[in-house]
Amino acid sequence: MADAVRNPIRVGLFVTCLVDLFRPSVGFAAVKLLEDAGCQVFAPSQTCCGQPAYNSGDRATTKGLARQVMAAFEDCDYIVAPSGSCAGTLAKHYPELFADEPEWSGKARAFSAKCYELVSFLVDVLKVEKVAAHFNGVVTYHDSCSGLRELGVQRQPRKLLSTVEGLELREMKSPDVCCGFGGTFAVKYGELSDAIVTQKTANIAASGATTLLAGDLGCLMNMAGKLTREGKPVAARHIAEVLAGMTDEPAIGAAKTEASK
Amino acid sequence: MTAHPTSSHFKDNAHEALRDAPLQKALTHVRANFIERRAEAAQRLPEFEALRDSARDIKNHTLAHIDLYLEAYEAKVRELGGQVHYALTAKEGVDIVLKLCRERGAKSVTKGKSMISEEMGLNQALEAAGIEAVETDLGEYIIQLRGEAPSHIIAPAVHVNKEQVEEEFRRAHLHLPKDRDLSEPVQLLSEARGVLRDKFLNADIGITGANFLVAETGTSIIVTNEGNGDLTQIIPKVHVVIASLEKLTPTLEDVSQLLRVLARSATGQDMSVYTTLSTGPRRQGDPDGPEEYHVILLDNGRSSMLGGEFEDMLRCIRCGACMNHCPVYHAIGGHAYGWVYPGPMGAVLTPTLIGVKEGGQLPNASTFCGRCEEVCPVRIPLPNMMRHWREREFERHLSPATVRYGLAFWAFFAARPALYRLATDIGMRALHLFGRAKGRFSSLPFAGGWTRYRDFPSPQGATFQSQWRAKSRAVK
Repeated sequence: MADAVRNPIRVGLFVTCLVDLFRPSVGFAAVKLLEDAGCQVFAPSQTCCGQPAYNSGDRATTKGLARQVMAAFEDCDYIVAPSGSCAGTLAKHYPELFADEPEWSGKARAFSAKCYELVSFLVDVLKVEKVAAHFNGVVTYHDSCSGLRELGVQRQPRKLLSTVEGLELREMKSPDVCCGFGGTFAVKYGELSDAIVTQKTANIAASGATTLLAGDLGCLMNMAGKLTREGKPVAARHIAEVLAGMTDEPAIGAAKTEASK
Repeated sequence: MTAHPTSSHFKDNAHEALRDAPLQKALTHVRANFIERRAEAAQRLPEFEALRDSARDIKNHTLAHIDLYLEAYEAKVRELGGQVHYALTAKEGVDIVLKLCRERGAKSVTKGKSMISEEMGLNQALEAAGIEAVETDLGEYIIQLRGEAPSHIIAPAVHVNKEQVEEEFRRAHLHLPKDRDLSEPVQLLSEARGVLRDKFLNADIGITGANFLVAETGTSIIVTNEGNGDLTQIIPKVHVVIASLEKLTPTLEDVSQLLRVLARSATGQDMSVYTTLSTGPRRQGDPDGPEEYHVILLDNGRSSMLGGEFEDMLRCIRCGACMNHCPVYHAIGGHAYGWVYPGPMGAVLTPTLIGVKEGGQLPNASTFCGRCEEVCPVRIPLPNMMRHWREREFERHLSPATVRYGLAFWAFFAARPALYRLATDIGMRALHLFGRAKGRFSSLPFAGGWTRYRDFPSPQGATFQSQWRAKSRAVK
């Protein structure tokens, strides 16, 4: 431990566009979790990992943004994002992106090896066994696709949630099925996305949970937006908020007065 | 090619499908059945994941040496007394079939299930030539009566409910007394069986597809659950196999490995009920079998995929697992994809086979959830393949203008961190002021695509980066 204090792990927080813009409290929850685990956290100037461009077929723009990200986080031991989808882009897709550029491919591979999704980083790398948090309520957890399938995030969030005092996890039917967000898909194919998220919110409501948790703000904004539109009384939060014990802010899409629900 | 692909109208097709009540009812069965059965079958076999690797490797090896295996296969088929015909395009394939029919004065053709036949538009061509073509797979038979294309590559009539089947039989089977009870699936089955029996016995030519073509032995292999394929290929004097190039497999040993992942991935069966091997025409002393055995090898764009970024797609063994696990397919079924192949595999294959202008919508209509790749028995990176199509479309300026301009606008800011921080901070603070009372927006300018279906959560106020910088300054 003394070693960790003298020489703490330097973690660069890749906060993600959505958290940066819409829910900074998730970023601060991530900072708390990382600092509690003994890390020194940096948040260098940043914009986007490039995923929207990458998935729209715009490789040139993606490469430009990827180079920008790699430069901004060059000095960090690890790069951690409170999102499986953005972390997946950093950890899995950057090497593919630069596979045809010998001078960059090695750099991208080395960078990617340092990139992690927040909760799996806490459990798999920092070996966090439990969190010191309290949350009174029944929650259900949605496995966001990229985190689950690209990074194997499934067991880790459930492990840490089981150590939150007062929290009961009640699994929904098919927690591993897509919520229909898919980035720009949600807007480009709004009607299809709606059909998929409608299945999801039905499963969420049927679980009997009063709070929905997930590790990706995009999916959460989609599901929360549908839940409120349908008038389903389920609050939606990023898992980091609960693990850090920082749930004072209203839930996603909820007004201040609804915060106590 | 089948008459009119409607893949370019994918959005409209999907819109219709979402409002089609019988279809939506039928789709609940897809969601409920296929997934669980595959998962259980995979679980029962400890070496399943290793077999998937092996299946992928066998396919890759074959594709890398496809010229060799084609030559070996062709030589073997000829040695056994069969004939091999090469068709570069769907039309060439159709012409070969029609020529074979005409030369033999064929009036009636029975058919085993074949997606290649759909790709060629063979039934329409046969009908136009005055030849009766009868589909003998129950699902195919039902959709043939309904004048439809398959909506799933292994369960062609999965979109049809049993009440609709009864209705169709009563319309088409004029011998049926009105009081005949057809309310149960088993009664429908025996009705179809009775009608088809006659067709089997009187067919001049039997046409089947192939799941595998074995280079080592010159054998074509089909897997079915109804046994209709056997009757199709054994009874008539002529058996015509139509298959695409990538069905080639080096040895029977290789096939036996692929079979172990095929049915498990498709229906969750350990094996399909029938695995039928055909090796040339009837030999002296054989109790049955056709007098003539023809194989039509269809290219139809596949050789152009070799060595390119879509080569992985040629590994596909047509199990249907990708569509069975696809949230988009679950929502709209197969017809909305607008051509022969639906679901993730169709989203990759369709632009390859009918052009990106016609099929380019399909690889865009995916959330990239990755479940297809997770279950693909030959580990085709389907989301990556779809992304390759998006890249091709972007390069050729085929992506919609709104997407291109939106992307360029966003990229301008994303590439300028200081400007981005300033603009987003102001924007989010302002948006917060408007949204803070309710915590969400039920409509929002420029976000109609989102708010039409769901609320848009309001931002919390100042961005993370601006708060973080303020805190850092305070500490200093």
